[in-house]
Amino acid sequence: MRTAFINQLIEEARSDEKIFLIVGDLGFSVVEPFAKEFPERFLNAGVSEQNMTGIAAGLAMEGYTVFTYSIANFPTLRCMEQIRYDVCYHDLNVKIVAVGGGYAYASLGPSHHATEELGMLRTIPNLIVTAPGDPLEAKAVTSLLAKEKGPAYIRLGKAGEPVVHKAIGDLKTGEAICLIKGESTVILTTGAMLKYAFDFIRENNLNYGLYSFPFIKPMDEKALKHISTDYKNVITLEEHQRSAGFGSAVLECFNDLTERNEINSIPRVRRIAIPDKFIHVAGSQDHLRKLSGLILNN
Amino acid sequence: MSDRTIQLSKEIRKESLKMVFNARASHIGGALSMADLLAVLYEDILKLTPENVSDENRDRLLLSKGHACTGLYAVLALKKFISMNDLKNYSADDSLLLSHASHKVNGVELSTGSLGHALPVSCGIALAAKRKNKSFKIYCMLSDGELDEGSNWEAILFAPQHKLDNLTVIVDYNKIQSFGSVKEVLDLHPLDKKFESFNWNVIQIDGHDHDQIKNAFLTAGNNKIYPTVIIANTVKGKGVSFMENDLLWHYRPPSEEQLIEALKEINS
Repeated sequence: MRTAFINQLIEEARSDEKIFLIVGDLGFSVVEPFAKEFPERFLNAGVSEQNMTGIAAGLAMEGYTVFTYSIANFPTLRCMEQIRYDVCYHDLNVKIVAVGGGYAYASLGPSHHATEELGMLRTIPNLIVTAPGDPLEAKAVTSLLAKEKGPAYIRLGKAGEPVVHKAIGDLKTGEAICLIKGESTVILTTGAMLKYAFDFIRENNLNYGLYSFPFIKPMDEKALKHISTDYKNVITLEEHQRSAGFGSAVLECFNDLTERNEINSIPRVRRIAIPDKFIHVAGSQDHLRKLSGLILNN
Repeated sequence: MSDRTIQLSKEIRKESLKMVFNARASHIGGALSMADLLAVLYEDILKLTPENVSDENRDRLLLSKGHACTGLYAVLALKKFISMNDLKNYSADDSLLLSHASHKVNGVELSTGSLGHALPVSCGIALAAKRKNKSFKIYCMLSDGELDEGSNWEAILFAPQHKLDNLTVIVDYNKIQSFGSVKEVLDLHPLDKKFESFNWNVIQIDGHDHDQIKNAFLTAGNNKIYPTVIIANTVKGKGVSFMENDLLWHYRPPSEEQLIEALKEINS
Protein backbone atom coordinates (compact mmCIF):
# COMPACT_ATOMS: atom_id res chain seq x y z
CA MET A 1 0.00 0.00 0.00
CA ARG A 2 2.81 2.39 0.82
CA THR A 3 4.31 1.84 -2.62
CA ALA A 4 0.95 2.51 -4.26
CA PHE A 5 0.67 5.66 -2.15
CA ILE A 6 4.08 7.11 -3.00
CA ASN A 7 3.78 6.28 -6.68
CA GLN A 8 0.41 8.00 -6.86
CA LEU A 9 1.69 10.97 -4.88
CA ILE A 10 4.53 11.37 -7.37
CA GLU A 11 1.96 11.27 -10.18
CA GLU A 12 -0.08 13.97 -8.47
CA ALA A 13 2.99 16.10 -7.76
CA ARG A 14 3.92 16.06 -11.44
CA SER A 15 0.68 17.77 -12.36
CA ASP A 16 0.18 19.83 -9.18
CA GLU A 17 3.13 21.92 -8.06
CA LYS A 18 1.51 22.57 -4.69
CA ILE A 19 1.95 19.01 -3.44
CA PHE A 20 4.52 18.92 -0.61
CA LEU A 21 5.72 15.88 1.36
CA ILE A 22 7.10 16.01 4.90
CA VAL A 23 8.43 12.92 6.62
CA GLY A 24 9.24 12.47 10.29
CA ASP A 25 12.65 10.88 9.65
CA LEU A 26 10.94 7.77 8.31
CA GLY A 27 10.24 6.44 4.85
CA PHE A 28 13.58 4.76 4.07
CA SER A 29 13.42 3.05 0.65
CA VAL A 30 9.91 4.46 0.10
CA VAL A 31 9.98 8.24 -0.26
CA GLU A 32 13.36 8.68 -1.98
CA PRO A 33 11.93 8.87 -5.52
CA PHE A 34 9.69 11.78 -4.44
CA ALA A 35 12.57 13.53 -2.67
CA LYS A 36 14.77 13.12 -5.72
CA GLU A 37 12.22 14.38 -8.22
CA PHE A 38 10.83 17.21 -6.09
CA PRO A 39 13.59 18.35 -3.70
CA GLU A 40 11.93 21.77 -3.32
CA ARG A 41 8.72 20.12 -2.16
CA PHE A 42 10.20 17.57 0.20
CA LEU A 43 11.27 17.91 3.81
CA ASN A 44 12.55 15.57 6.47
CA ALA A 45 11.44 17.34 9.63
CA GLY A 46 13.35 15.02 11.93
CA VAL A 47 11.92 12.94 14.74
CA SER A 48 9.51 15.65 15.83
CA GLU A 49 5.92 14.99 14.92
CA GLN A 50 4.44 17.98 16.74
CA ASN A 51 6.76 20.31 14.88
CA MET A 52 6.23 18.38 11.64
CA THR A 53 2.47 18.86 11.86
CA GLY A 54 2.80 22.54 12.80
CA ILE A 55 5.14 23.07 9.85
CA ALA A 56 2.62 21.31 7.62
CA ALA A 57 -0.03 23.76 8.83
CA GLY A 58 2.24 26.71 8.10
CA LEU A 59 3.07 25.43 4.61
CA ALA A 60 -0.63 24.80 3.94
CA MET A 61 -1.44 28.36 5.05
CA GLU A 62 0.92 29.46 2.28
CA GLY A 63 -0.91 27.44 -0.35
CA TYR A 64 0.75 24.02 -0.35
CA THR A 65 -1.12 20.72 -0.19
CA VAL A 66 0.97 19.02 2.44
CA PHE A 67 1.26 15.30 3.11
CA THR A 68 2.87 14.32 6.41
CA TYR A 69 4.23 10.80 6.53
CA SER A 70 5.36 8.62 9.36
CA ILE A 71 4.59 5.24 10.87
CA ALA A 72 2.10 3.81 13.34
CA ASN A 73 0.93 6.31 15.97
CA PHE A 74 3.63 8.90 15.45
CA PRO A 75 1.94 11.19 12.89
CA THR A 76 -1.42 10.92 14.71
CA LEU A 77 -1.52 10.27 18.46
CA ARG A 78 1.84 11.91 19.11
CA CYS A 79 0.63 15.19 17.63
CA MET A 80 -3.13 14.88 18.05
CA GLU A 81 -3.53 18.44 19.30
CA GLN A 82 -1.62 19.90 16.35
CA ILE A 83 -3.93 17.89 14.07
CA ARG A 84 -7.03 19.08 15.87
CA TYR A 85 -6.16 22.70 16.44
CA ASP A 86 -3.58 23.79 13.87
CA VAL A 87 -4.75 21.67 10.94
CA CYS A 88 -8.45 20.91 11.41
CA TYR A 89 -9.67 24.05 13.20
CA HIS A 90 -8.00 26.16 10.50
CA ASP A 91 -9.34 23.71 7.88
CA LEU A 92 -5.97 23.45 6.18
CA ASN A 93 -4.89 21.34 3.27
CA VAL A 94 -2.89 18.80 5.25
CA LYS A 95 -3.13 15.06 4.64
CA ILE A 96 -1.74 12.89 7.40
CA VAL A 97 -0.41 9.54 6.25
CA ALA A 98 0.42 6.69 8.62
CA VAL A 99 2.05 3.51 7.46
CA GLY A 100 1.61 0.43 9.62
CA GLY A 101 -2.10 0.59 10.42
CA GLY A 102 -3.40 -1.98 12.89
CA TYR A 103 -0.90 -4.73 13.75
CA ALA A 104 1.23 -4.27 10.60
CA TYR A 105 4.29 -3.77 12.82
CA ALA A 106 3.21 -6.66 15.00
CA SER A 107 6.42 -7.69 16.73
CA LEU A 108 7.53 -4.12 17.33
CA GLY A 109 5.05 -4.05 20.17
CA PRO A 110 2.19 -1.83 21.34
CA SER A 111 4.18 1.38 20.68
CA HIS A 112 3.82 0.48 17.00
CA HIS A 113 0.28 -0.93 17.05
CA ALA A 114 -1.96 1.70 15.45
CA THR A 115 -5.23 0.42 16.82
CA GLU A 116 -7.02 3.45 18.30
CA GLU A 117 -6.35 6.31 15.91
CA LEU A 118 -9.42 5.95 13.68
CA GLY A 119 -11.71 6.45 16.66
CA MET A 120 -9.75 9.40 17.97
CA LEU A 121 -9.50 11.09 14.59
CA ARG A 122 -13.08 10.65 13.46
CA THR A 123 -14.30 12.85 16.31
CA ILE A 124 -12.38 15.85 14.93
CA PRO A 125 -14.41 18.29 12.79
CA ASN A 126 -13.37 18.90 9.17
CA LEU A 127 -11.18 15.78 9.04
CA ILE A 128 -11.77 13.06 6.45
CA VAL A 129 -10.68 9.68 7.83
CA THR A 130 -9.69 6.89 5.47
CA ALA A 131 -8.28 3.37 5.65
CA PRO A 132 -7.81 1.92 2.17
CA GLY A 133 -8.23 -1.85 1.89
CA ASP A 134 -5.67 -2.72 -0.78
CA PRO A 135 -3.11 -1.04 -3.06
CA LEU A 136 -5.78 -0.04 -5.59
CA GLU A 137 -7.81 1.67 -2.90
CA ALA A 138 -4.65 3.35 -1.59
CA LYS A 139 -3.96 4.70 -5.07
CA ALA A 140 -7.54 5.89 -5.56
CA VAL A 141 -7.77 7.52 -2.12
CA THR A 142 -4.41 9.27 -2.54
CA SER A 143 -5.48 10.62 -5.90
CA LEU A 144 -8.81 11.83 -4.52
CA LEU A 145 -7.40 13.47 -1.43
CA ALA A 146 -4.59 15.20 -3.32
CA LYS A 147 -7.35 17.17 -5.03
CA GLU A 148 -9.78 17.46 -2.12
CA LYS A 149 -9.53 20.67 -0.08
CA GLY A 150 -9.11 20.41 3.65
CA PRO A 151 -7.59 17.97 6.12
CA ALA A 152 -7.60 14.20 5.80
CA TYR A 153 -6.03 11.10 7.29
CA ILE A 154 -4.88 8.03 5.37
CA ARG A 155 -4.19 4.81 7.25
CA LEU A 156 -2.01 2.56 5.15
CA GLY A 157 -0.90 -0.99 5.77
CA LYS A 158 2.67 -1.84 4.92
CA ALA A 159 4.37 -2.98 1.74
CA GLY A 160 3.45 -5.94 -0.39
CA GLU A 161 -0.23 -6.42 0.38
CA PRO A 162 -2.02 -8.24 -2.41
CA VAL A 163 -4.44 -6.47 -4.68
CA VAL A 164 -8.00 -7.55 -3.87
CA HIS A 165 -10.05 -5.51 -6.32
CA LYS A 166 -9.99 -6.35 -9.99
CA ALA A 167 -10.34 -2.64 -10.64
CA ILE A 168 -11.79 0.41 -8.95
CA GLY A 169 -14.03 2.68 -10.94
CA ASP A 170 -14.56 6.33 -10.32
CA LEU A 171 -14.31 6.42 -6.52
CA LYS A 172 -15.74 9.51 -4.86
CA THR A 173 -15.01 10.89 -1.40
CA GLY A 174 -17.04 9.02 1.19
CA GLU A 175 -17.97 6.08 -1.00
CA ALA A 176 -17.90 2.43 0.01
CA ILE A 177 -17.16 -0.23 -2.59
CA CYS A 178 -19.23 -3.38 -3.09
CA LEU A 179 -17.00 -6.32 -4.03
CA ILE A 180 -19.49 -9.16 -3.71
CA LYS A 181 -23.27 -8.79 -3.75
CA GLY A 182 -24.20 -12.03 -1.94
CA GLU A 183 -27.33 -12.27 0.15
CA SER A 184 -28.59 -12.46 3.72
CA THR A 185 -25.21 -11.74 5.36
CA VAL A 186 -22.74 -9.02 4.46
CA ILE A 187 -19.24 -8.30 5.73
CA LEU A 188 -18.19 -4.68 5.91
CA THR A 189 -14.45 -4.08 6.29
CA THR A 190 -12.17 -1.11 6.52
CA GLY A 191 -8.43 -1.05 5.95
CA ALA A 192 -6.28 -4.08 5.40
CA MET A 193 -8.79 -6.62 6.76
CA LEU A 194 -10.34 -6.67 3.28
CA LYS A 195 -8.11 -9.45 1.95
CA TYR A 196 -8.86 -11.72 4.90
CA ALA A 197 -12.63 -11.25 4.52
CA PHE A 198 -12.45 -11.76 0.76
CA ASP A 199 -10.49 -15.00 1.14
CA PHE A 200 -12.79 -16.21 3.92
CA ILE A 201 -15.86 -15.87 1.68
CA ARG A 202 -14.17 -17.47 -1.32
CA GLU A 203 -12.49 -20.33 0.54
CA ASN A 204 -15.70 -21.26 2.34
CA ASN A 205 -17.88 -20.84 -0.76
CA LEU A 206 -20.20 -18.54 1.17
CA ASN A 207 -22.93 -16.51 -0.45
CA TYR A 208 -22.02 -13.47 1.67
CA GLY A 209 -21.89 -9.91 0.47
CA LEU A 210 -18.66 -7.92 0.91
CA TYR A 211 -18.14 -4.18 1.08
CA SER A 212 -14.93 -2.29 1.62
CA PHE A 213 -15.20 1.10 3.34
CA PRO A 214 -12.07 3.11 2.55
CA PHE A 215 -13.83 6.09 4.18
CA ILE A 216 -14.72 5.89 7.86
CA LYS A 217 -15.60 9.57 7.76
CA PRO A 218 -17.64 10.63 5.95
CA MET A 219 -19.56 7.37 6.30
CA ASP A 220 -21.36 6.17 3.19
CA GLU A 221 -24.97 6.55 4.36
CA LYS A 222 -26.35 5.64 0.96
CA ALA A 223 -24.54 2.30 0.96
CA LEU A 224 -25.69 1.60 4.50
CA LYS A 225 -29.30 2.31 3.50
CA HIS A 226 -29.05 -0.31 0.77
CA ILE A 227 -27.29 -2.70 3.13
CA SER A 228 -30.08 -2.31 5.69
CA THR A 229 -32.64 -3.52 3.15
CA ASP A 230 -30.49 -6.04 1.29
CA TYR A 231 -29.16 -8.06 4.25
CA LYS A 232 -30.42 -9.42 7.55
CA ASN A 233 -27.00 -9.81 9.15
CA VAL A 234 -24.12 -7.37 9.06
CA ILE A 235 -20.60 -8.17 10.22
CA THR A 236 -18.15 -5.30 10.62
CA LEU A 237 -14.47 -6.20 10.60
CA GLU A 238 -11.64 -3.86 11.49
CA GLU A 239 -8.09 -3.92 12.87
CA HIS A 240 -8.97 -1.33 15.49
CA GLN A 241 -10.31 -1.08 18.99
CA ARG A 242 -13.96 -2.06 19.23
CA SER A 243 -14.79 1.20 20.92
CA ALA A 244 -15.22 4.22 18.65
CA GLY A 245 -13.92 2.49 15.54
CA PHE A 246 -15.43 1.52 12.20
CA GLY A 247 -18.14 -0.79 13.58
CA SER A 248 -19.18 1.94 16.00
CA ALA A 249 -19.38 4.42 13.14
CA VAL A 250 -21.58 2.00 11.17
CA LEU A 251 -23.90 1.53 14.14
CA GLU A 252 -24.12 5.26 14.72
CA CYS A 253 -25.05 5.76 11.12
CA PHE A 254 -27.69 2.99 11.18
CA ASN A 255 -29.13 4.55 14.32
CA ASP A 256 -29.29 8.02 12.80
CA LEU A 257 -30.89 6.69 9.62
CA THR A 258 -33.56 5.01 11.76
CA GLU A 259 -34.11 8.11 13.82
CA ARG A 260 -34.61 10.11 10.63
CA ASN A 261 -37.03 7.43 9.32
CA GLU A 262 -34.77 6.78 6.35
CA ILE A 263 -34.56 3.07 7.14
CA ASN A 264 -37.16 0.94 8.84
CA SER A 265 -34.94 -1.10 11.11
CA ILE A 266 -31.33 -1.70 12.00
CA PRO A 267 -29.97 -5.04 10.85
CA ARG A 268 -28.33 -7.33 13.37
CA VAL A 269 -24.74 -6.09 13.54
CA ARG A 270 -21.85 -8.21 14.78
CA ARG A 271 -18.76 -6.13 15.38
CA ILE A 272 -15.43 -7.89 15.06
CA ALA A 273 -12.77 -5.61 16.46
CA ILE A 274 -9.99 -5.53 19.02
CA PRO A 275 -11.19 -5.99 22.61
CA ASP A 276 -10.28 -3.53 25.34
CA LYS A 277 -6.74 -4.77 25.90
CA PHE A 278 -3.16 -4.47 24.65
CA ILE A 279 -1.17 -7.28 23.05
CA HIS A 280 2.18 -7.58 24.82
CA VAL A 281 3.61 -10.64 23.09
CA ALA A 282 5.50 -10.88 19.82
CA GLY A 283 4.21 -12.53 16.69
CA SER A 284 3.19 -12.05 13.10
CA GLN A 285 0.39 -9.71 12.09
CA ASP A 286 -1.86 -12.72 11.51
CA HIS A 287 -0.99 -14.13 14.92
CA LEU A 288 -1.84 -10.89 16.68
CA ARG A 289 -5.09 -10.60 14.76
CA LYS A 290 -6.03 -14.06 15.99
CA LEU A 291 -5.03 -13.23 19.57
CA SER A 292 -7.34 -10.23 19.37
CA GLY A 293 -10.19 -12.32 18.02
CA LEU A 294 -10.26 -10.78 14.56
CA ILE A 295 -11.59 -14.06 13.23
CA LEU A 296 -14.47 -14.81 10.90
CA ASN A 297 -16.27 -18.13 11.24
CA ASN A 298 -19.33 -19.65 9.64
CA MET B 1 11.94 57.36 21.65
CA SER B 2 8.98 57.78 19.32
CA ASP B 3 5.90 59.64 20.57
CA ARG B 4 3.79 57.61 18.18
CA THR B 5 4.81 54.25 19.58
CA ILE B 6 4.59 55.48 23.17
CA GLN B 7 1.08 56.75 22.53
CA LEU B 8 0.09 53.50 20.79
CA SER B 9 1.43 51.40 23.66
CA LYS B 10 -0.64 53.47 26.11
CA GLU B 11 -3.77 52.98 24.01
CA ILE B 12 -3.11 49.22 23.77
CA ARG B 13 -2.82 49.03 27.55
CA LYS B 14 -5.99 51.05 28.13
CA GLU B 15 -8.08 49.10 25.63
CA SER B 16 -6.81 45.78 27.01
CA LEU B 17 -7.75 46.83 30.52
CA LYS B 18 -11.22 47.90 29.42
CA MET B 19 -11.75 44.57 27.64
CA VAL B 20 -10.85 42.40 30.61
CA PHE B 21 -12.87 44.67 32.88
CA ASN B 22 -16.00 44.47 30.69
CA ALA B 23 -15.74 40.74 30.15
CA ARG B 24 -14.49 39.92 33.68
CA ALA B 25 -11.71 38.09 31.86
CA SER B 26 -8.21 36.94 32.76
CA HIS B 27 -4.67 37.40 31.47
CA ILE B 28 -4.25 41.16 31.63
CA GLY B 29 -0.72 40.81 33.04
CA GLY B 30 0.69 39.19 29.93
CA ALA B 31 -1.11 41.65 27.63
CA LEU B 32 0.42 44.60 29.46
CA SER B 33 3.91 43.07 29.40
CA MET B 34 3.95 42.85 25.60
CA ALA B 35 2.17 46.15 24.84
CA ASP B 36 5.39 48.01 24.01
CA LEU B 37 6.56 45.21 21.72
CA LEU B 38 3.26 45.25 19.83
CA ALA B 39 3.28 49.05 19.57
CA VAL B 40 6.72 49.16 17.95
CA LEU B 41 5.92 46.19 15.69
CA TYR B 42 2.67 47.62 14.34
CA GLU B 43 3.86 51.22 14.16
CA ASP B 44 7.39 50.87 12.82
CA ILE B 45 8.25 47.33 11.75
CA LEU B 46 5.51 45.20 10.22
CA LYS B 47 4.72 45.64 6.56
CA LEU B 48 1.12 44.96 7.41
CA THR B 49 -1.89 47.22 7.01
CA PRO B 50 -5.65 46.67 6.72
CA GLU B 51 -5.16 47.14 2.97
CA ASN B 52 -2.56 44.37 2.48
CA VAL B 53 -3.86 41.95 5.12
CA SER B 54 -4.58 39.29 2.48
CA ASP B 55 -1.52 40.01 0.33
CA GLU B 56 0.88 37.11 0.08
CA ASN B 57 3.81 39.48 0.55
CA ARG B 58 2.65 40.97 3.86
CA ASP B 59 4.69 40.43 7.00
CA ARG B 60 3.15 37.92 9.40
CA LEU B 61 2.88 38.16 13.19
CA LEU B 62 1.75 35.03 15.00
CA LEU B 63 0.82 35.45 18.65
CA SER B 64 1.74 32.17 20.28
CA LYS B 65 0.73 33.42 23.73
CA GLY B 66 -2.89 33.52 22.60
CA HIS B 67 -4.20 34.15 26.11
CA ALA B 68 -2.80 37.68 25.87
CA CYS B 69 -5.09 38.36 22.90
CA THR B 70 -6.56 41.56 24.36
CA GLY B 71 -3.27 43.27 23.52
CA LEU B 72 -3.44 41.99 19.94
CA TYR B 73 -7.13 42.83 19.48
CA ALA B 74 -6.44 46.30 20.87
CA VAL B 75 -3.64 47.06 18.43
CA LEU B 76 -5.66 45.60 15.55
CA ALA B 77 -8.53 47.95 16.39
CA LEU B 78 -6.24 50.95 16.90
CA LYS B 79 -4.64 50.24 13.51
CA LYS B 80 -8.10 49.80 11.95
CA PHE B 81 -8.00 46.08 11.08
CA ILE B 82 -11.18 45.77 13.16
CA SER B 83 -13.45 48.43 14.62
CA MET B 84 -13.08 49.88 18.10
CA ASN B 85 -16.68 48.79 18.61
CA ASP B 86 -15.62 45.14 18.20
CA LEU B 87 -13.53 45.52 21.35
CA LYS B 88 -16.63 46.37 23.38
CA ASN B 89 -18.06 42.92 22.60
CA TYR B 90 -14.86 41.09 23.52
CA SER B 91 -15.79 37.68 24.93
CA ALA B 92 -19.54 38.45 24.72
CA ASP B 93 -22.13 36.04 23.26
CA ASP B 94 -21.50 35.49 19.54
CA SER B 95 -18.45 37.76 19.43
CA LEU B 96 -15.60 36.54 17.23
CA LEU B 97 -13.23 38.06 19.77
CA LEU B 98 -12.68 34.98 21.89
CA SER B 99 -10.56 35.14 25.00
CA HIS B 100 -7.78 33.53 23.00
CA ALA B 101 -6.44 34.80 19.68
CA SER B 102 -8.81 33.79 16.88
CA HIS B 103 -8.06 33.62 13.16
CA LYS B 104 -11.69 34.52 12.52
CA VAL B 105 -10.71 38.07 13.50
CA ASN B 106 -9.31 40.21 10.69
CA GLY B 107 -5.54 40.52 11.06
CA VAL B 108 -5.06 37.45 13.26
CA GLU B 109 -2.98 34.90 11.35
CA LEU B 110 -3.42 31.88 13.59
CA SER B 111 -5.74 30.83 16.36
CA THR B 112 -3.77 30.05 19.46
CA GLY B 113 -4.49 29.33 23.08
CA SER B 114 -2.87 25.97 23.49
CA LEU B 115 0.76 26.84 24.06
CA GLY B 116 3.65 25.75 21.89
CA HIS B 117 1.76 25.81 18.60
CA ALA B 118 2.60 29.03 16.76
CA LEU B 119 6.35 28.55 16.49
CA PRO B 120 6.17 25.30 14.48
CA VAL B 121 3.52 26.92 12.26
CA SER B 122 5.76 29.99 11.89
CA CYS B 123 8.58 27.68 10.80
CA GLY B 124 6.27 26.25 8.13
CA ILE B 125 5.41 29.73 6.87
CA ALA B 126 9.08 30.76 6.92
CA LEU B 127 10.03 27.61 5.02
CA ALA B 128 7.30 28.29 2.44
CA ALA B 129 8.67 31.82 1.97
CA LYS B 130 12.16 30.40 1.42
CA ARG B 131 10.97 27.78 -1.05
CA LYS B 132 8.96 30.40 -2.97
CA ASN B 133 11.66 33.10 -2.79
CA LYS B 134 9.37 35.50 -0.98
CA SER B 135 10.97 38.24 1.08
CA PHE B 136 8.31 38.82 3.73
CA LYS B 137 9.17 38.40 7.40
CA ILE B 138 7.61 36.17 10.03
CA TYR B 139 7.40 37.27 13.64
CA CYS B 140 6.30 34.95 16.41
CA MET B 141 5.58 36.20 19.94
CA LEU B 142 6.08 33.63 22.68
CA SER B 143 5.56 33.75 26.39
CA ASP B 144 8.29 32.53 28.70
CA GLY B 145 6.05 29.95 30.36
CA GLU B 146 5.27 28.26 27.06
CA LEU B 147 8.95 27.49 26.57
CA ASP B 148 8.18 24.58 28.89
CA GLU B 149 6.47 22.97 25.88
CA GLY B 150 8.62 20.45 24.00
CA SER B 151 7.07 21.38 20.66
CA ASN B 152 8.80 24.77 20.88
CA TRP B 153 12.18 23.12 21.31
CA GLU B 154 11.53 20.90 18.29
CA ALA B 155 10.97 24.09 16.31
CA ILE B 156 13.96 25.83 17.93
CA LEU B 157 16.12 22.95 16.64
CA PHE B 158 14.47 23.10 13.23
CA ALA B 159 14.67 26.81 12.35
CA PRO B 160 18.50 27.20 12.31
CA GLN B 161 18.90 23.82 10.57
CA HIS B 162 16.92 25.25 7.66
CA LYS B 163 18.48 28.72 7.94
CA LEU B 164 15.18 30.47 8.48
CA ASP B 165 16.69 33.96 8.75
CA ASN B 166 13.27 35.37 7.79
CA LEU B 167 11.93 34.29 11.17
CA THR B 168 12.15 36.43 14.31
CA VAL B 169 10.93 35.07 17.62
CA ILE B 170 10.15 37.43 20.45
CA VAL B 171 10.09 36.00 23.96
CA ASP B 172 8.02 38.16 26.30
CA TYR B 173 10.25 37.28 29.24
CA ASN B 174 8.16 38.62 32.10
CA LYS B 175 9.40 35.88 34.45
CA ILE B 176 5.95 34.87 35.73
CA GLN B 177 4.01 31.90 34.39
CA SER B 178 0.65 30.41 35.19
CA PHE B 179 1.23 29.12 38.68
CA GLY B 180 4.40 30.79 39.89
CA SER B 181 7.63 32.44 38.85
CA VAL B 182 9.51 30.92 35.93
CA LYS B 183 12.48 30.43 38.24
CA GLU B 184 10.41 28.36 40.66
CA VAL B 185 8.40 26.35 38.11
CA LEU B 186 10.87 25.45 35.34
CA ASP B 187 13.80 27.81 35.24
CA LEU B 188 14.78 29.01 31.76
CA HIS B 189 18.01 30.70 32.89
CA PRO B 190 20.31 31.14 31.01
CA LEU B 191 17.79 31.55 28.19
CA ASP B 192 20.18 33.42 25.89
CA LYS B 193 22.74 30.62 26.10
CA LYS B 194 20.10 28.01 25.39
CA PHE B 195 19.14 29.74 22.16
CA GLU B 196 22.80 30.45 21.30
CA SER B 197 23.68 26.80 21.68
CA PHE B 198 20.82 25.98 19.29
CA ASN B 199 22.49 28.32 16.74
CA TRP B 200 20.08 31.24 17.02
CA ASN B 201 21.04 34.87 16.63
CA VAL B 202 20.22 36.21 20.12
CA ILE B 203 19.36 39.80 20.99
CA GLN B 204 18.53 40.77 24.57
CA ILE B 205 16.68 43.97 25.28
CA ASP B 206 14.60 45.87 27.78
CA GLY B 207 11.18 45.02 26.37
CA HIS B 208 9.74 48.35 27.47
CA ASP B 209 12.41 50.59 25.91
CA HIS B 210 11.06 51.52 22.49
CA ASP B 211 14.46 52.46 21.04
CA GLN B 212 15.92 49.12 22.06
CA ILE B 213 12.88 47.29 20.69
CA LYS B 214 13.05 49.06 17.35
CA ASN B 215 16.80 48.55 17.00
CA ALA B 216 16.41 44.87 17.83
CA PHE B 217 13.85 44.37 15.08
CA LEU B 218 15.91 46.36 12.58
CA THR B 219 19.07 44.36 13.29
CA ALA B 220 17.21 41.01 13.47
CA GLY B 221 17.00 40.93 9.68
CA ASN B 222 20.75 41.55 9.33
CA ASN B 223 21.66 38.04 10.24
CA LYS B 224 21.74 36.34 6.90
CA ILE B 225 21.98 32.77 8.09
CA TYR B 226 20.16 32.09 11.30
CA PRO B 227 16.80 32.97 12.80
CA THR B 228 16.78 35.65 15.46
CA VAL B 229 15.31 35.53 18.93
CA ILE B 230 14.68 38.77 20.74
CA ILE B 231 14.62 38.04 24.43
CA ALA B 232 12.57 40.96 25.71
CA ASN B 233 13.00 41.40 29.43
CA THR B 234 9.62 42.66 30.54
CA VAL B 235 7.51 43.20 33.61
CA LYS B 236 4.23 41.36 33.91
CA GLY B 237 1.44 43.92 34.34
CA LYS B 238 3.74 46.74 33.14
CA GLY B 239 2.26 50.22 33.30
CA VAL B 240 -0.13 49.68 36.17
CA SER B 241 1.87 49.78 39.38
CA PHE B 242 -0.41 47.58 41.46
CA MET B 243 -0.46 44.90 38.74
CA GLU B 244 3.28 44.75 38.14
CA ASN B 245 5.11 41.52 38.97
CA ASP B 246 2.05 39.99 40.61
CA LEU B 247 0.75 36.54 39.60
CA LEU B 248 -2.75 37.57 40.70
CA TRP B 249 -3.21 39.55 37.46
CA HIS B 250 -2.74 36.45 35.34
CA TYR B 251 -6.27 35.68 36.52
CA ARG B 252 -8.13 38.60 38.06
CA PRO B 253 -9.86 41.40 36.18
CA PRO B 254 -9.75 44.84 37.80
CA SER B 255 -12.66 46.23 39.79
CA GLU B 256 -14.22 49.48 38.56
CA GLU B 257 -12.13 51.53 41.00
CA GLN B 258 -8.99 49.68 39.98
CA LEU B 259 -9.78 50.22 36.29
CA ILE B 260 -10.19 53.97 36.83
CA GLU B 261 -6.94 54.10 38.74
CA ALA B 262 -5.12 52.02 36.12
CA LEU B 263 -6.33 54.19 33.22
CA LYS B 264 -5.33 57.32 35.16
CA GLU B 265 -1.87 55.95 35.78
CA ILE B 266 -1.36 55.07 32.12
CA ASN B 267 -2.58 58.51 31.01
CA SER B 268 -0.22 60.34 33.32
